[in-house]
This record gives sequence, C-alpha cells and structure tokens, in this order.
Amino acid sequence: MKIINSNKINRRSFIKRSGVAGGGLVITFNLLNSFNSLTPLSDNIDNIKYNDFTSYIKISDSGKVSIFAANPEIGQGIKTSLPMIVAEELDVPWKDVNVVQAGLDTKKYKNQWAGGSLGVKMNWDILRKSGAVAKQMLINAAAIKWGVDQSECFAESGYVFNENNQKHSYGELVSEAAKLDIPENVKLKNPDQYKIIGKNVTNVDIKKIVTGEPLFGIDYTEKGMVYASVLRPPAFGQKLESFESDNAKKIKGVIEIVKFGNKVAVIANSTWNAMKGKKALKANWKNPEILEDSEFHKNKLNELLDSNQFKSLRKDGDVEKAFSEADKVIEKNYESPFLPHNCLEPMNFFADVTDKKINLVGPIQTPERAANEVAKLLNRDIKEINVKMTRIGGGFGRRLIPDFVVEAADISNRIKKPVKLVYSREDDMAVGMYRPAIHYRIAASIKNNKITGYWLKESSINSNMYGLIPNFLPAGALKNYQVDAVNYKSNITTAPWRAPYTNFLAFAEQSFFDEIAEELKVDRVQFHLDLLENVKGTTDKRIQYNPERFQKVIKTVAKKAKWGEKSKGVFKGFSAYYCHNTHVAQVAEVELEDGYPIVKKVICAVDCGILVNPIGGNNQAVGGIIDGIGHAMYGDFEFKKGVPNSKNFDKFELIRMNQTPKVEVHFVKNDFSPTGLGEPTLPPVGAAISNAIYKAMGVRLYKQPFSKELKLKNIIG
Amino acid sequence: MSVYNLNINGKSRVVDVSPETPLLWVLRDEIGLVGTKFGCGIGSCGACTVHLDGQATRSCLLQVSQLEGAKITTIEGLSPDGDHPVQKAWEDNDVAQCGYCQSGQVMTAAALLKNNPNPTKSDIRNSMHINLCRCATYNRIEKAVSDASKK
Repeated sequence: MKIINSNKINRRSFIKRSGVAGGGLVITFNLLNSFNSLTPLSDNIDNIKYNDFTSYIKISDSGKVSIFAANPEIGQGIKTSLPMIVAEELDVPWKDVNVVQAGLDTKKYKNQWAGGSLGVKMNWDILRKSGAVAKQMLINAAAIKWGVDQSECFAESGYVFNENNQKHSYGELVSEAAKLDIPENVKLKNPDQYKIIGKNVTNVDIKKIVTGEPLFGIDYTEKGMVYASVLRPPAFGQKLESFESDNAKKIKGVIEIVKFGNKVAVIANSTWNAMKGKKALKANWKNPEILEDSEFHKNKLNELLDSNQFKSLRKDGDVEKAFSEADKVIEKNYESPFLPHNCLEPMNFFADVTDKKINLVGPIQTPERAANEVAKLLNRDIKEINVKMTRIGGGFGRRLIPDFVVEAADISNRIKKPVKLVYSREDDMAVGMYRPAIHYRIAASIKNNKITGYWLKESSINSNMYGLIPNFLPAGALKNYQVDAVNYKSNITTAPWRAPYTNFLAFAEQSFFDEIAEELKVDRVQFHLDLLENVKGTTDKRIQYNPERFQKVIKTVAKKAKWGEKSKGVFKGFSAYYCHNTHVAQVAEVELEDGYPIVKKVICAVDCGILVNPIGGNNQAVGGIIDGIGHAMYGDFEFKKGVPNSKNFDKFELIRMNQTPKVEVHFVKNDFSPTGLGEPTLPPVGAAISNAIYKAMGVRLYKQPFSKELKLKNIIG
Repeated sequence: MSVYNLNINGKSRVVDVSPETPLLWVLRDEIGLVGTKFGCGIGSCGACTVHLDGQATRSCLLQVSQLEGAKITTIEGLSPDGDHPVQKAWEDNDVAQCGYCQSGQVMTAAALLKNNPNPTKSDIRNSMHINLCRCATYNRIEKAVSDASKK
C-alpha cells in the first residue's frame, strides 16, 4: 500500500458543495485510469462526468450509508450480494446499509445488465475498490483532524480509530472526506479479514415481498396512465391483413385501438378492459409460405445433421482419421424441444413518450439496450431517455430482449399518453421467444479400449453455440476433437434461455459420457477424472475450465453422495459440467415408485470461488437444479401450423412442490475470485437424472422431456 | 358498469366496474393493492391467491359481482406489521428469489395453517402444490411452512 502522508493529502481543486441532499460523500472513480485522479467533481452531482463510473456510495452526515445496486435484480440475488461487496471494503456494519436500486446511467455505471451469471464476476473488482477508496478517504479525513499520519489510523465498522483509541464515526468525517483527493493504490482486504462476505445475508427486499409492497414492473402506475393489451399474429410468420374493431370499441373502458406494425393495441382504462377489448378484435392474417410445425423442425434439423453445411467451431487433430482407424465408433443423437421462459411476471413495461423526454419503467435485464432500441425506433436522442429498473419477476434470458419495451414506447408515442403494456400469459407463452430446438449428434472412436476421437455436431434453430462453449470439456482432453455447427433460419422467434446451449448440450454430452464409460468398462466418475488428467498443464488459452478445480468438485460430490456404495432401491447417476466460469458436479438419486422413476435427491458440489452470500448462493444453486429437472422431465413445447401446443400453465407443465426432490449443495472453499451461480447448476442435472434412470430402468434417454419419452416407449403409463 | 361494495382487509371499498371483472384486477387497478399478482389468469399458478372468508382462493377467477358480503383478505391485510408467523418464517428462511409468486405462496400457507395448525410434510406438499414458483424455491417454502406451524 502506498502511504500518503496526511500533510500531502490535498483538497480537490474543485470543491464539491452539497451536491447530495443532506450532504455526504459520493465516491466515484474512473475504471480506465484506475486510481489516477479524476475529472474534478462538479458542484452539481448531476453534472459529474465519468466515462466509466464504477461505484456509488452515499454517506450522510448522520452516518447512514446508502449503497446503490446498479444491476437489474431478476431473482439472482445481486441486489443483495453486490452491495455486500461494497460494504465489506467500506467496513460498515450491514445493518447500517440501505440498498437503493439505481436507474440506468451509463455515465456513472458500467455493466448495467443482468445475464450470463456475470453479475458478481464482472463487478467484483470495481465494487471492492469503490468501497476501499471511500474508506481510505474517511481515514485521511480523520488523520487531518487529528494531525497524525493516516498510517496511524484504521477504519472498522463505520468508525476511524487512531493509536490513542480516539474515534470518529464516518458521519462525522464525511463532509471533510468528500473534499479530499481520491487516493491511489488503496489496499483491498484479504479474504480472511471478511466480515460480511461469506456470511448469510437475507434478500434485501424480503420484507416488501412478503407484505405485498409495490416492487415489480407490473405494479408500477402513474397518474393519467392508461393500459395496453396487444393482439399479435396467432401463428408464427403470419402478417396482419385487416382487422375489425367495432365490438372492441363498444366495451366500456376501451379508449382507442391502434394498429402498429403487424399488431393491434387496445388502449383502456384498466388491464382487464384492455384484455377484454383485445379478445373482441377480429383480425385476418396472411399465412407465410410455410406454417412451421415440430415435425418440420425435426426433419430440417436431421437433414442438416446429415449434410455437409457445417461450420467448424473447433478442430483438433484429425477425427476422421481416428474414426477410420477405430475398433469401434459409438454415435448417438439427442433432441431438445423449444422451451418458453415463462417468467412468472408476464412481460410488461411502462412508457411515457413526450416531446421533451421518454420515461421507461419496468422489468428489463438490458436497460441500456432497451434505451438504444427505443431511441432508434423513435429517432430520438438517447439523452432524452430515462430508464428505471424495477424488481423483476424472473428473467431466464427472456428479458435480455427488449421487444416489449419498444412496443410500450411505440404505443405511448402513438397515443401521446403514459401507458403500461401488459402481456397476458397467452401472449407471453404462445407469441413469445423460445429456447431454440436443437439436435446433437455425438460420436466417439474407441481403439484399444481408449477413446481416440470425439466429434460433436449441432443443428439448431436460428443460431448456434457461441463463445467458449466449443472449448468446454472434452475439448483439451483429446487429441482428435471437433465441434461443427449449422442452423436453420425459422420464423419462430428464439432467445437466450437460462444457460443458453449448455442447458441441453450438457445433458447430451454427459449422457454420452455415461455410455462411453460403460463401453470402456470404466467407472463413470473415474472416466471424467481421467479425461481431466489429460488437460493438466495445457497452454491452450481457450481452455478456461481448470482441471484441478474440476476434479475437486467431482471428488467432493463422489464423497458426499457415497458414489460407489450400493443402497437398496436407490439408483445413482453422475454428471459434471463447467460453464459460466463455475465448476459443478452432481449425483442424482432415483427410486422407482409404482414403476415411475422419482428423483428423490440431488447432491451437488460447486466451485464458484469465494462465495459472497452463502444463503443466496445456495438458493441459486438449488433453484437451478430444480428448474433443470423440471424442464428435462416435463418441458414439452411443440408447434402445429406455426401455433404452440401450450398457451398457459394448464397445458405447459412446470415443476411443482410434489415433484421437487431434496437438494444438497456443497461449496468448495477457496480464495479464487467469485464467479456466477444463476446458471451453472442447471445444465448438468438433466444427465444426472437420465443416467440414474438408466441404472433404475435400463433405458437410455435421448430426448427431452423424459416423461414424454418414457410414455412413448410405453415404459410408463 | 356497476357499483360494488366490497369488504377488503376489514375496510369497505366501493368500486364501479363491469360485473365480470375478476377480483384480481379490481384489487390491482381499481384499489391499488398490487401485492396480489397476475400470473396466468386461469387459476393455474396461484400468484393471485387471496383469502375469501378465510379460504385460499384464486382471485383471477372470482367475479366482482359475486363478492358483496364476503370477507376478502389480501397479502396487504394478512397482518398489521408483516409479522404473521408465515411472513416471519419466509424472512427467516430467505425463501424468495425473484419474489413474484411469494405473496400467493404466503396466502396459501397462511390459510393452510389456519385450517390445519399441525400439518404433516405431505399435507404441506399437497397444499402448496397448487402454487407455482418459477425460481423453484419449493424446498424453502416447505421448510418455512413447517417452521411457521411450530410457532
């Protein structure tokens, strides 16, 4: 740590007057310049110019600390865990912290979005440093007051102390501290000094949630606001030809009917009247060349798998040679359906478009993208657009796509009124965006009882696996390895869905690993450990999983689940996967009841580095596992003539309490920087249960949902 | 439109809406009690659960014209300070993730415990089965209901 002598601590050249209501300290610094001195603070907090504002702490004169949560909260817990990181380095008791949701502000904040299990990982350094800088400024202010060197002072639990045991509270120091230079090279805590990180902290909104306070986008209202319900094409690919609205206009409360693009909005004085108005509309739709159905998609994806239209995403060695020289080649095909996201809070957004400004309020994972798309559509300056993020009733990737925000703004612009657009469940599920249907063909060559080559082909709807996914295990473990991908452009709209691609890829590969291990007569866990052994010492920068950390989670789960020990009537399946920077291994226990396979328990080991909030992290891990089981077992979503077979929860089966197994999660303890938990426990669980079902029933499963597959095979009634 | 006098959380509330309007939308859009949530509109998800004369009921299926004289309790009226044993147990167990379904879950659980103060594990699982939680917080819900039953 660079020691700054107190007599060298300068007041900032431009003294910030009371920019924050009630006075206080606002800490900012520039990421790109790290701790170099900043653009001088303006006397008006709203005019502060930072390219990469990274944190925002407010300390009142009375010592109350507000920490701004800059990212959207979709249930992943970052409205709690991110402020915990700031509070840790600032060194204030958590009970004195008030967490405030920040709106979109690209001048002050970076990374204001939620996705990819990146919330903690991408903000870890920024948040720690902003807490530590604030603490150092408070220490410096105390040192000046006492006329001592700041190295003789230290901060703890909201106070600065000196060697004579004198103390000042942060509140007493804040007005002086705010005027000081921003220190360089602040020291961050060692993990063994943590007092908040690593302790269980309850969701900051829990009280409001259980008492029904307005928190969510759908709860938002403003004076003069009207409600919109939108009629969209019932089948994918259809275009609006004409519509008749006389009956809708007769409904009391319906204010006006507005055609926009391929859709018709009914504006009314309440959500119910808007929905009633929509039902009363009659529309004629022009069909596209093909009204796609699930058989069509399956045939297309299979044709593509047989074709040579692939693009190689990774190619090591020569798989074709390995296959031609093999004693045996094993090849299996895996098929997934489309899946709706089914956030329990249906898509909705508030928009108020006027000549002067555009206010947008609601549940969105990508507020900046939403603002940009609205600016583009309405040809407005981005500076005129304000976005406020509410708490979000589920994201799952659906709210990365701001189409519903753009719709709300488009409607408000046409009717010149503030409006809240609300989707019905049927709008949300049947005219939505979906996890794309995907087929995988995986083949492995075996020679001298060893796996010598591995070839994975993906054919998918609309797009393919991206980023580092083709470099996940077994990439790096085998000399001859290839991943090829191809897609069919469909008029069914698709979007990222919790753990995009890996949510099904992990099932396919981890089921396939089970078959290979069986073929080689090697224990399944040992097979996985052996593959990882090959990766140790790799210099391939694309390999981002760590073989040692991966082996540790596998050994942990094997021990906790008593892998290898037999228990009467209990059938165990193993699966392990690395994605979203986190290593996960799982054992599922299945029992047969009246011939039905019942998932009784899942044991899981996770390495996500430092676990910021153990209770919140555990909630994420457990939720991902149960969500993964639910969709693997029951997630049936098909199209007939462009129309989904399910439009609501009477038909689409989401997992419920009676189907939920016990889940036990063990976090591997270490001091690595934290990684995400919102997604990585979901992908492997499908194979953990299908591998257990194989042990129980002798049936290999290649298609999801399993319940449907077992019925088709006449294995269950 | 017609005028209806409703008894909600012990207070008289007069609304002027069409007779088939579901209680859910009367609560949310007319009275401003938005703790009761819209999830499906067909009584499948339980997010809109309220108490009608003490019984857990899906408010999206209740037409306002049938409700005069009934005692309606919403999440906002479950307890004066949010300290109903079920609400406390939800806090103690950090049940919520996104939180959207939880007011419905709390209302179902509170009605269950009123009718059956000492539920078995299977009573809890069967009663709570009607409420969807997309974040899959089911195991903590089960634990919280069990904890609340012991208070």
